[in-house]
Amino acid sequence: MCVTCGCGSHEHNASPAAHHTHGHGHHHNHNHDHQHEHEHHVQDRMITLEKDILYENNLLAQRNRGFLDAKQIMALNLVSSPGSGKTMLLERTINDLKNEIPLFVIEGDQQTNRDAERILKTGARAVQINTGKGCHLDAHMVLHAIQDLKPEENSILFIENVGNLVCPAMFDLGENHRVVIMSVTEGDDKPIKYPDMFHSSNLCVISKCDLLPYVQFDVEQAKKYASQINPNLEFIQLSCTSGEGMEDWYNWLKQKRKQPEPA
Amino acid sequence: MHELSFVVRIIDIAEKEARKAGSKSISKIELDIGKLSTIEPLAFDMAWKCGIKYSMLQDAECVINYITGTAICMDCENKFELSEYGTPCPNCGCYHSQIIEGKDLLVKSISVN
Repeated sequence: MCVTCGCGSHEHNASPAAHHTHGHGHHHNHNHDHQHEHEHHVQDRMITLEKDILYENNLLAQRNRGFLDAKQIMALNLVSSPGSGKTMLLERTINDLKNEIPLFVIEGDQQTNRDAERILKTGARAVQINTGKGCHLDAHMVLHAIQDLKPEENSILFIENVGNLVCPAMFDLGENHRVVIMSVTEGDDKPIKYPDMFHSSNLCVISKCDLLPYVQFDVEQAKKYASQINPNLEFIQLSCTSGEGMEDWYNWLKQKRKQPEPA
Repeated sequence: MHELSFVVRIIDIAEKEARKAGSKSISKIELDIGKLSTIEPLAFDMAWKCGIKYSMLQDAECVINYITGTAICMDCENKFELSEYGTPCPNCGCYHSQIIEGKDLLVKSISVN
């Protein structure tokens, strides 16, 4: 069991004991007469909770955020469907910026260390989280990954989420900004088909733009749809292959890094 | 598929509170689920049936209030209901709105004995 965050306690692993107690109680109740059943019902007490179902995740996310803020680390949560080019964007970014800014990466995938290995080859420090059958990263997994990774002060921490445009939208990891990546080989109507992710993101990176002449992807239409879902969303178009737009991305990173977070 | 993970979190919250109150079973639970959250009612029902087995909620009555989405238009300040993101303001037609209700997921209360 984890001492710092109490993990293990929410694993729902007390089931067999609960089953036994409950099974016994249920059986017992049925053997009682009506009078007792009635009294039993009267004794029910309502406890008002008003508790957010994600409160545990949100508490740990705030804890991550506090740690990162204290060390002036800017954390980005990169989200997208599988195959949008998140890892390639990170490889290129690290190769281009590693002499200017310390960069750290947390990789999230269901299985394998392949992405972390790709990042390690660029010379940046990285840790891999395998979620098994899980479809998203949560603040608890990231907390332990940060403990392993030990990112330096004044660095940028990229958290590459599991490729999934639905579930990761619900889970605050403690990041400063959420970046949704949409490649031009996907449909330009992705934002209205998967609105939760676009609604909760701050920046939309439109990737693989070197392929625009070969695909039916209307950039302006995609931006229009995404802005309908989230009017505050910023956009950057880029290609890691041709290098177009990469400067815009780097400028965005540098600019956001300088801005202090509102309290 | 994330509905089961929410069910597990709900069970965890409810069981902790019930134990705190010295109870061994929960007879009723009331939830608020925002219609703009990522919870799909059918998937939630299925996850609920599987998830509560062998928990203190096994025989609990589950009352779910599905909360309608509400937004305020940032341009004309009109308050309106919406069932999905990207719904324009019915008054001025713009998309600059702020969601004020319908995203929350709450355990409202439990009844214990």
